[in-house]
Amino acid sequence: MQKKQVTPSKKNQESLTKTPTGIMGFDEITYGGLPNGRSALIIGGAGSGKTVFAMEFLARGATEFNEAGVFMSFEENEEDLAKNFNSLGFDIPGLIDKKMLVIDYIYLERKEIEEAGEFDLEGLFIRLKNAVNETGAKRVVLDSLEALFAGIENEGILRAELRRLFRWLKDNNLTAIITAEKGEESLTKYSLEEYLADCVIILDNRMNEQIATRRIRVLKYRGSMHGTNEYPFLINENGFSVIPITSTGLNHVVATEFVSTGIKKLDTMLNGKGYYKGSSILVTGTTGTGKTTFAAHFLESFCTKGKVCLLFSFEESPSQLIRNMRTVGIDLEPFVEKKLLFIHSTRPTFYGLEMHLVVMYDLINKIKPEAIVIDPISNLISAGTAPETSSMLTRMIDFLKQNHITSLFTVLKSSSISGENQAYVSSLMDTLIILKDVQSGTETRKFIQILKSRGMSHSNTVKNYSLTSKGLEIKG
Amino acid sequence: MKKDKPADKKEANPEMWELRLYVAGQTEKSVTAFANLKKLCEENLKGKYTIEIIDLQKHPELAKNDQIIAIPTLVRKLPEPLRKIIGDLSKTEKVLVSLDLKLLKEAW
Repeated sequence: MQKKQVTPSKKNQESLTKTPTGIMGFDEITYGGLPNGRSALIIGGAGSGKTVFAMEFLARGATEFNEAGVFMSFEENEEDLAKNFNSLGFDIPGLIDKKMLVIDYIYLERKEIEEAGEFDLEGLFIRLKNAVNETGAKRVVLDSLEALFAGIENEGILRAELRRLFRWLKDNNLTAIITAEKGEESLTKYSLEEYLADCVIILDNRMNEQIATRRIRVLKYRGSMHGTNEYPFLINENGFSVIPITSTGLNHVVATEFVSTGIKKLDTMLNGKGYYKGSSILVTGTTGTGKTTFAAHFLESFCTKGKVCLLFSFEESPSQLIRNMRTVGIDLEPFVEKKLLFIHSTRPTFYGLEMHLVVMYDLINKIKPEAIVIDPISNLISAGTAPETSSMLTRMIDFLKQNHITSLFTVLKSSSISGENQAYVSSLMDTLIILKDVQSGTETRKFIQILKSRGMSHSNTVKNYSLTSKGLEIKG
Repeated sequence: MKKDKPADKKEANPEMWELRLYVAGQTEKSVTAFANLKKLCEENLKGKYTIEIIDLQKHPELAKNDQIIAIPTLVRKLPEPLRKIIGDLSKTEKVLVSLDLKLLKEAW
């Protein structure tokens, strides 16, 4: 799974200038964005997100890179486009007012047009040139050319003119996105890939075990390396996000600071200080051993210091969780009210692992927590549909480490998660803690053990603990 | 250059044909198209037509009004309905049929 990932060498990065799209994750998988001054072809079926990708390229270009853009739309009119993209958080009319964006809707209806003799598409050129000159645009979108084929009978003229158009874009050093419908026999319906071969991107929205996952793949990128995998992506109220947000690597700077576990005695067992800041902790235990309580202590210790935390709960709803934690003396509600604790509850089966991870990336980027808890991660792993499950988790953990987010994961011991996956997950973690129930006579006794904790001396003794009205208390 | 403005003006004379030819500079195709159109009008609509030539090189902003992408484009503003014919108008038969002039002529 990691085989295909190539580390970009400096030489290659320099040989081709790139235009960052600003689209979350996309610039990472292409090592910088789209080829500068070239046209990229984006292929996808209906509803695959082509228009969103294209518009976001322009909107982010204008807002983040101060580059104006022109959107030539053959499908949706100006009002519809503005409406759709306002809902994604882009102020399209505002950008138009500031001359950072031009939307030109080109309406074509074959029924209304007769062809009688030689013609060219100079009208289209003039409109495009006019819009580019008006704004000093550096970015252009043509969405989508299928409408031209539907609207103009003489395909010979059309193809010759398209070739001229693409050449014009290139001569004028415009970075362009051309969207196209997926074809049955060729890549695109009208074989547009014959003209635009510098960069080809495929978007896809398919069902896998009844779970819809959107995916993006860079099929071709002349003169540049790129991730060849299919990457899941999400379209939500912030637009497009592709994972990985950051490329995988083990080059993050490690912290030497410590954070409390939230349980005093456990801090003592961990070198007297707790976990390393930005490390990952795995807590395994059978059902009823207090994994969630363990996690709640961790969150509470962060929140009382005014630090923001994020909890992904795959078993309980926020209100249920708050109620249950109150019975062990941990009141999380004030933290939720103060916006220090964010609880995100979803069913693991709601969508696939890839989508869960994208949602997580997204929330983490938005909330910027100092600590996160995934309770439990075992449910998530079983939601994985792709064989890439482990590589995606690796990316997630790398991402958390790079951002110095201390993360705690709980695992239900006897869950459906396969031994192989569990071993894999364990090897990724810095600290491994086991909670155990042991029957002795009529009594069940609970034991806690630190199996490993990288980079620190820690207690190896198995300690007895109990769940009281004051939480998890370690004895001895 | 609002679409409906000239239409209002001509309302007094419903018999009048209002044609608009979009060109982009003095290209061969544009010149041919104008010559073909002029000839066709003289033969079929003598004294009952106006031709307005719009050069998009000079007025690029006007391309949007009539949704012009092909050059040359002939737009029949009046009589309604609006008709669009693209090309140098060398296929006379096709032009006549599209403008409903063929039927008109035969009826006479």
